[in-house]
Amino acid sequence: MTPAVRLNRIAKTYSRGLQKVEVLHSLSLNIDKGEFVSIMGPSGSGKTTLLNLIAGLDAPSAGEIEVAGERIDKLSRGRLSVWRARNIGFVFQFYNLLPVLSAARNVEVPLLLTPLSGPQRKQRVAAALQLVGLADRAEHKPSELSGGQQQRVSIARALVADAALFVCDEPTGDLDRESAEGILQLLQMLNRDQGKTIIMVTHDPLAADHATRQVRMDKGRLVNSIATAA
Amino acid sequence: MKYLSLVWAGLWRKKVRTILTMLSIVVAFLLFGLLQGINQGMNHVFRSLNAERLYVQSRLNMNDGLPLAYLEKIRSVPGVQAVTHWSYFGGFYQNAQNSLPVFAVDAATQFIVYPKIKVSEEQVEALERTRTGAIIGTEIAAKYGWKIGDRVPLRTSIWTNREGSDVYPVDVVGIMDISAYDAGSFPAFYVNYEYLDAARAFGTGSVLFFVVSVADPRRGSEIAASIDALFANSPFETTTQTEQVFAQSQMKQVGDINLIANSIVSAALFTLLFLTGNTMMQSVRERIPEFALLKTLGFPDRAVLALIFSEAFVLCVLAALIGLGLAQIAFGLISSVLGPLSLPPVVIEMGVSLAVLLALVSGSLPAWRSTRINIVDALAGR
Repeated sequence: MTPAVRLNRIAKTYSRGLQKVEVLHSLSLNIDKGEFVSIMGPSGSGKTTLLNLIAGLDAPSAGEIEVAGERIDKLSRGRLSVWRARNIGFVFQFYNLLPVLSAARNVEVPLLLTPLSGPQRKQRVAAALQLVGLADRAEHKPSELSGGQQQRVSIARALVADAALFVCDEPTGDLDRESAEGILQLLQMLNRDQGKTIIMVTHDPLAADHATRQVRMDKGRLVNSIATAA
Repeated sequence: MKYLSLVWAGLWRKKVRTILTMLSIVVAFLLFGLLQGINQGMNHVFRSLNAERLYVQSRLNMNDGLPLAYLEKIRSVPGVQAVTHWSYFGGFYQNAQNSLPVFAVDAATQFIVYPKIKVSEEQVEALERTRTGAIIGTEIAAKYGWKIGDRVPLRTSIWTNREGSDVYPVDVVGIMDISAYDAGSFPAFYVNYEYLDAARAFGTGSVLFFVVSVADPRRGSEIAASIDALFANSPFETTTQTEQVFAQSQMKQVGDINLIANSIVSAALFTLLFLTGNTMMQSVRERIPEFALLKTLGFPDRAVLALIFSEAFVLCVLAALIGLGLAQIAFGLISSVLGPLSLPPVVIEMGVSLAVLLALVSGSLPAWRSTRINIVDALAGR
């Protein structure tokens, strides 16, 4: 199967004043299309840094990153923006919705970068909100929605531009168990029924159990990678 | 247009702050509209003034006046077509609050030098015939309900007569239309000079200034110099100016309106620059995670820049248009008192250009800051 993500000996070093901190050490990893991979590990193990590199939000200090057939470590900042808009759906721990916009307007934001007309955008937004079960809350602002509902809006936003790869950074980290379960089932459904490749960073073993593969990290290195029964 | 919802929502994120900033801009542009409107209006009047008329006044102080005997000498200067003279009467009706723009004139020449005053020949002849005659403007006639044949007990704040009274009874013999000469400031009440001069207790034989009509306006400067040369080194030296320069020098006795207007507007706009810049800066600072999100979702730097500048444009231009609109309304309200005033299109164009400039300058620092956002740090709240 063609890999959705191919990481070859990547390293990431941050400068903190005069000190250099190496967060990732020569890490290699392949993720196939249609996989649902959870990345676990203790705080500071480099999970989020890895996710940021895969999503094109950060550049590696060394190594190669190929995502959706593109060497993104070679893309300029401007081309990387365009690439992200086309290929990546983002789901964050704290939802990162724009507080002044309604749920529907939040979901519409990625579509503003496309040549779609107003009615076409509206149709896509309605379909995405329908899929996440929030068709009746379209005009509500984020402050009028529960945490679980806000996370569903952010998943709808990731869905609406039809990105093949979802990167989820602790998507259930701010939710109660019941809401978290609903979000994880939604992600599972998107992976199973729509073929989305999902990479999810989590601390929660129960959340990780929803993935088809669990990757463990520690101190900037891969510790193991285990296929699960999910 | 599809970004308008984002721009509008960003603008009203902090309603109170936006409204207060907007109000400041509205007030500044209201001030701008009023001052520039008055300034432009006056410049328009000055430009429309006739170059064929020269004003001869005392060189030392206009209020000193000049001897009436100068009239014939001025008339004899080559190029002079006609000469008339004006003397300020300081008139009012019943009490000083009812001030009237009364001038004592020479009836025979006044309407030759000012040919666009609409009045019948019979009425001019009646003024010449009637020592106590007066010709008044249509607006004054309408205001006080005066008509031809009425006797008006005109009073003066200057020329006490030989009996010690300030009352000069005059008979209305004509009603004139002076709209061709900017009805707001042109004298609209004429009495006979002989009547004033024979009755007044002092200042006999003097006039405030002469008005000279010349055949060739291109020779205006040369004729003015010739007139002034006639009276050089005399006890009453003269200064001769074109109507335009004369009117401007009159206004400068009140103050340099142009300088005052520009100084106030510059100070207001300079203050606004900091106020608006600060508002935009605060707004961008508070929304760094939101801009980072937009960049994460694929918005390029130029799109985020465009959003910030658009917010500044909407804020500044909308508020400026409201301010200029209020100035237009204000002109409508004060026109009844000060004569016809309006906001010239050039002031609206200047105002909108200034608002755009204000938006550009006040938005540039926040916009620059937005390009420096590190997505990873901003999303992590660092």
